[in-house]
Amino acid sequence: MTINVRFFASLRERIGVARTEIEADSVNDVRDVWLAVSHQPVDEEMLVALNRNYASLDHTVTDGDEVAFFPPVTGG
Amino acid sequence: MHIELRDQCFDPWAEITGFRDRMLSPGQYGACAVFVGTMRDYNDGDRVRSMYLEHYPGMTEKQLESLVDASCETNNLMEALVVHRVGSVNPGEDIVLVAVWSAHRKASFDACREIMEALKSTAPFWKKETLDDQSGDRWVHRNTPGS
Repeated sequence: MTINVRFFASLRERIGVARTEIEADSVNDVRDVWLAVSHQPVDEEMLVALNRNYASLDHTVTDGDEVAFFPPVTGG
Repeated sequence: MHIELRDQCFDPWAEITGFRDRMLSPGQYGACAVFVGTMRDYNDGDRVRSMYLEHYPGMTEKQLESLVDASCETNNLMEALVVHRVGSVNPGEDIVLVAVWSAHRKASFDACREIMEALKSTAPFWKKETLDDQSGDRWVHRNTPGS
């Protein structure tokens, strides 16, 4: 299973990449994706999107999904 | 309804009249409410020289469309226009425009605030400021409350 992973803003700087891809059959949900790519505990303030819609860490992922992690938004 | 991201300065007042003249007929609406957000040259006690607005291409537009669409529906709006800057922004430049049109003032007042607050809390944009004192760049961690 391939998952496309993206990071934005301060989280991108912290992780050190804007996007990456993971190949893993042991990944079930968004939380697993975070742990697999960041090797860091879940950040309480972090927001998550699955295929460009807001999602929770418990959302199930499937092959080809795009998962994004980012800090609280500050537009406007 | 029109949503647009811009990487250049825009004149919100020209956008409003241009959009109104294209999309609405004289006599059709009875109210228009407008919010324009502008970049300050100070924040959290520091002088700010410039700012960079990052966004999530694809999701930002989708989220804006969704929240404007919901407000149009709830408030029975006739039209709505949202323009938001991305990329480099300087103090004094406008960052965001929300303009809505309805038959009566309540719907326009309510929708303008509702759209702006939903944008502030859910649209994926992030501000990074460059300070005047050479201390470097910093991310804006959260927006101020709107009410």
